[in-house]
Amino acid sequence: MIEMVLDIATGVLLAGGSFFLLVGSIGVLRLPDFYSRMHAAGVTDTLGAELILLAMILQTGFSLITVKLIAIGFFMFFTSPTSTHAVANAAWAAGVRPLLGKDLKPGDGEAGPKDGAAS
Amino acid sequence: MFFAASLALLAAMLLMLVRLFAGPSLYDRVLALNAFGTKTVLLIGLVGFVTDRPDFMDIALLYALINFVGTIAVLKFFRYRALGDIDDDAAPGKPGAPS
Repeated sequence: MIEMVLDIATGVLLAGGSFFLLVGSIGVLRLPDFYSRMHAAGVTDTLGAELILLAMILQTGFSLITVKLIAIGFFMFFTSPTSTHAVANAAWAAGVRPLLGKDLKPGDGEAGPKDGAAS
Repeated sequence: MFFAASLALLAAMLLMLVRLFAGPSLYDRVLALNAFGTKTVLLIGLVGFVTDRPDFMDIALLYALINFVGTIAVLKFFRYRALGDIDDDAAPGKPGAPS
């Protein structure tokens, strides 16, 4: 009985995790501006990854693999926001500015988005 | 079940690759690379479950560590034009130091 419940829960979690991964990837592809794409990438890193890791943890029960999976989840929980912040900081320092307003014009007064400004 | 999830994950990785090649600026590419690395960690874990090999979890953990360090290294290189020897007079260290 408990085995069936665990399988159903794993299926639901896997479906949810895959759904958020796909939503995040489509978001990274379609959103107009670098900073909005970063939001979509954050969605996949946090929710998609954690749900799939949780589904795997359910399947392993109490064993060493579960400890490793929790270690992966713990590590990604902390480094994913850090690396996203590092990318945002580097982009802002290099002069990439967000597109503002409904018709997505570069912010006035400051440097417009110099794409590929790393040269 | 895990096979279906890994197929969805592969589709998500393909979309991320499209952004990786199409990304106008460097930082779109770094972002796509970072997200691609996270998905690779998940893919290694899922394949470890599909092929019933528990030692894949170590590889996934290692790849998560390397992916993070790699993203930070790429960012540091493009900011200071150097990874190791950053002395203040050669590279001013200000954001967008002249290359």
